[in-house]
Amino acid sequence: MKSKKNTTGLPTLHAGIVVIGGGPAGLAAALEAKKAGAPSVLVLERDTAAGGILNQCIHNGFGLHYFQEELTGPEYAGRFLHMVRETPGIEIKTDTMVLDVASLPAGEETRVRVQGVNPTEGYFQVDAGAAVLAMGCRERTRGAIGIPGTRPAGVYTAGCAQRYINIEGAMPGRRAVILGSGDIGLIMARRLTLEGAQVLACLELMPYSSGLQRNITQCLEDFGIPLYLSHTIIDIRGRERVEQVVAARVDENRRPIPGTEMVFDCDTVLLSVGLIPENELSRAAGAAIDPRTSGPLVDESMQTSLPGVFACGNVVHVHDLVDFVTMESGRAGRAAARYLARGATDGGTEPPAVPLYNGDNVTYTVPQRVHPGRLEKACEVFFRVNRVMEGAEILVTSGDAILLRKTRPHLAPGEMERLILPAALFDRAPEGLRISACPAEQGEQGE
Amino acid sequence: MTEKPLVCIVCPRGCRMTLTLPDGDAPLPEEIHVTGNACPRGETYARQEMTAPQRVLTSTVRLTGAALTRLPVKTSRAVPKERLRDLIRLLDTVTAAAPVHIGDILVKNALGTGADIVATRDMDAMETPE
Repeated sequence: MKSKKNTTGLPTLHAGIVVIGGGPAGLAAALEAKKAGAPSVLVLERDTAAGGILNQCIHNGFGLHYFQEELTGPEYAGRFLHMVRETPGIEIKTDTMVLDVASLPAGEETRVRVQGVNPTEGYFQVDAGAAVLAMGCRERTRGAIGIPGTRPAGVYTAGCAQRYINIEGAMPGRRAVILGSGDIGLIMARRLTLEGAQVLACLELMPYSSGLQRNITQCLEDFGIPLYLSHTIIDIRGRERVEQVVAARVDENRRPIPGTEMVFDCDTVLLSVGLIPENELSRAAGAAIDPRTSGPLVDESMQTSLPGVFACGNVVHVHDLVDFVTMESGRAGRAAARYLARGATDGGTEPPAVPLYNGDNVTYTVPQRVHPGRLEKACEVFFRVNRVMEGAEILVTSGDAILLRKTRPHLAPGEMERLILPAALFDRAPEGLRISACPAEQGEQGE
Repeated sequence: MTEKPLVCIVCPRGCRMTLTLPDGDAPLPEEIHVTGNACPRGETYARQEMTAPQRVLTSTVRLTGAALTRLPVKTSRAVPKERLRDLIRLLDTVTAAAPVHIGDILVKNALGTGADIVATRDMDAMETPE
């Protein structure tokens, strides 16, 4: 990549496609973009190594869909790092923090200008023909959920504790209570126990766990760790270090019920209370954000509202499985390469995008809008539901017409659902498609 | 005969299975009848789980000569659940030296379980200054 000065005075690198983030999403997007003909791909990663959060997810269970075998996180990342190394034309800059992403006006060859900084090159910019946003997500913290009590040491997010144990080799505490039954919290319950700490309880505010059942079995039940559903922390006590946690049962409005308090003597609290897509750069660039996902609005090719700027992985919506991040990101990478080859000639005679709406019990869909003319055969749609349903029907409707009906044995908010919509479906509903989920009717539930 | 629900943990799909077990303390694997599994792995898992449960162990060992000081490892196959704690204690005594590659065997046939302890991350050797 050549470097030259320009009017901003910053050393400037040129790349066909610039990818922000070198985790599973960024690596898959980079690979597929290169395979689809992009002349050069530059990946900017803020950590000292690429691979993202997979590097600290040392447990297994990754890759069953994509590789048809069970891998640990570092092994899954390793496969992609190996493929990237074997693919000429992809460069990864680690230790590099991106400070700004700007979408430039149409007509310029440079559609995206990225500013970043690292210890060897200092402050620089990258001019690219397209960009893929793959910054991932971050954990909600104590401040985000407002747990009452003192502010002692010993309160960590589950992922932070995971990094201490698995990367730094340091134990965050000896007696822990975990708030939240998301997968990271469950995984950390097992990890702490195996490393000699005692996990007294896992508390979940909702009446159901948001984690995968396999993790409840392998991480809690295997070790006799109690899971308290409909419970939360109402007080953290301690001066220098956490000394006690007070938990209570909550009512259907998630308010603590007086008289149900339990006191745990512990030195550590782990929080596994949700993930937030990390979109400071996307917002600053002017990408439209969907309040339901907290991620950029995207179309079927993962293009954001900014032409030439694509997004994929947990920065768009939080996934349960990295396999689906890989597949979605490959689509973004290929689309970015096609965009680059075609130039910014969209619009014109093309019919407008078809919006996807949330119907009953559906909290979001990705993509949010679809250009039927650009679909090859079908459109992959991800969505989540807002409650647990045993025996459910998924309906795709336009007005009163039911265009597609699918049954599922089980739906839950913690499990992302995937639906394939044939391209022909969109021709029958130019004004939009509504996706809903409802419990299957008694008669149909039978056989 | 007794019926018992069991959620399959082989893959994230998590099939909700129903097992029919013969009366008595120690059923043989082939005496266990399994329904609700979407694939044959569910039946294999259910029979194994009811007779001799097994898990893959993942953890870390000490690492020297690399930019990081911990190396992630796993057992090369599932091991009896009751041996997990013994294996974790064994890992406390293991030190790997960079460079290490994914799949490198660090302990062969760990504690006679038939499983090897293998590295799960590539770690380059660090060029030490001075």
